[in-house]
Amino acid sequence: MARVLVGVKRVIDYAVKVRVKPDKTGVVTEGVKHAMNPFDEIAVEEAVKMKEKKLASEVIAVSIGPTQSQEIIRTALAMGADRGLHVEVSGKDYELLQPVHVSKILAKLALDEKADLVILGKQAIDDDSNQTAQMTAAVLDWPQGTFCNKIEKTDSGLTITREIDGGLETIKTKTPAVLSADLRLNTPRYATLPNIMKAKKKPLKKVTPKDLGIDTTPRIDVISVEDPPVRQAGAVVADVDALIAKLKDGGHI
Amino acid sequence: MFSSSAKNLIRSNILQRCKSTLVVAEHNNEVLNPITLNTISAAKKIGGDVTVLVAGTKCGPASEAVSKVDGVAKVLVAENAAFKGFTAESITSLVLAAQTQFKFTHILAGATAFGKNVLPRVAAKLDVSPISEIIDVKSEDTFVRTIYAGNAILTLRAKDPVKVITVRGTNFPPAAATGGSGAVEQAPSGDYASRLSEFVSQELTKSDRPELTAAKVIISGGRGLKNGENFKLLYDLADKFGAAVGASRAAVDAGYVPNDLQIGQTGKIVAPELYVAVGISGAIQHLAGMKDSKTIVAINKDPEAPIFQVADVGLVADLFKAVPEITQKL
Repeated sequence: MARVLVGVKRVIDYAVKVRVKPDKTGVVTEGVKHAMNPFDEIAVEEAVKMKEKKLASEVIAVSIGPTQSQEIIRTALAMGADRGLHVEVSGKDYELLQPVHVSKILAKLALDEKADLVILGKQAIDDDSNQTAQMTAAVLDWPQGTFCNKIEKTDSGLTITREIDGGLETIKTKTPAVLSADLRLNTPRYATLPNIMKAKKKPLKKVTPKDLGIDTTPRIDVISVEDPPVRQAGAVVADVDALIAKLKDGGHI
Repeated sequence: MFSSSAKNLIRSNILQRCKSTLVVAEHNNEVLNPITLNTISAAKKIGGDVTVLVAGTKCGPASEAVSKVDGVAKVLVAENAAFKGFTAESITSLVLAAQTQFKFTHILAGATAFGKNVLPRVAAKLDVSPISEIIDVKSEDTFVRTIYAGNAILTLRAKDPVKVITVRGTNFPPAAATGGSGAVEQAPSGDYASRLSEFVSQELTKSDRPELTAAKVIISGGRGLKNGENFKLLYDLADKFGAAVGASRAAVDAGYVPNDLQIGQTGKIVAPELYVAVGISGAIQHLAGMKDSKTIVAINKDPEAPIFQVADVGLVADLFKAVPEITQKL
């Protein structure tokens, strides 16, 4: 039976309209509602389902970030993960922490914890990088199953259906492997109150990148973070004829 | 003594001479994916020599097409059964071998499912931080990309020696498909077959319509369509324009249309001449995928729908009446 490591990231809640800081160094995060990255909820759900189907023996939830990341780990524990690992990185270091660093941390933890599968979300909705799973697989030299729509355990490994531009494709990978969850892999469950209470008692260990021997020196300088150009408000037309006239004016017909 | 600006000039001249970019072509063994042309434009904006790598089980059509693209100096061809299905594991080994031989300063691919799958793996193997979906090139080490579903624009300077980058196709014009005369060479040979993964099969959505990311006009539907059958209204309208049909996440989740039609932060990013949003409210995540469209038309019965804040032309109406009427009058 497999041991599964799941990566969960604390991000600004998807429904929040983010605001760029006036000094253009980033977006405002203080006092803003945060939540688990939606793709990571799907990753946790998949891992917990594997455990329920007796395909996985243990699910370990990992989050890298400031102290508040522990809340996200608790959410994963309430969803059914067995124990948590918090890799503490805060302040400026966290602002400049990138998938290149995260993948090395996750790879180290995957080996330390003797994981057979690492399941991550396909992308975090804050930096929109879509890199960590691929990079973790590369660091470990494991196969990658990205943008998973369906994951099936076979005798020799995994059969994975992936979402690609023109439709779907199926690949087979050996295990151990790193997988990234796409939107339609599953529907994440809600954590029930009794499970939230139980999650408070589950073990949560804290480490630092230094403990793991991972260098988190920034690989980029942020030059600026700015608002996107604002579109000019358009006109609401009265009827279909007026709409067609506008399209003609614009040279679209 | 040189002044510091003179020193910088000399330094940038040296870098100018040494710059060389590898573009990993995307194709399906039959035709070149047009995003490769947009990616070549981004490579030209960086400066230096542009080499294109074509890997697959059948490389003839794509390598021929790429060698004629304006600005391509060299085409590296790797035709091998190992690249069946373009698995990340096999393509990565090849890119690394090419990098060892030619020492590129930049490695680029289009930000498609293929590019997003392969390039971060390449970057990790090179121990560099990849840069996803750039929308502009400021200089050889300074790039612009969007974060937070397109709600903030990040300009960053990459400090790694090799820049591994995916390119948002809609933000760069396609390079001219003719006028070039790239030298075609064999890519470094090696054992690229991966024992880690294996391609099994593909199930592509069949359509005679233009490809979403390259279409000039897109008609897109949301939850307001109520079911899959009603999408026929949009297909009929799309026929009048020769348009592609897209969808919001809500329409995909509800099973009205297949996943690969999804436009948005986690689906496809499009920027057509004309985008017609029908029965789409305009959530942040959807806007992220289409707000760079030249003209946006919204048809929605809810006057408060956020889509009207970005629409150039809005029609507050029942789509089941308005859409057939438009189709009929065109």
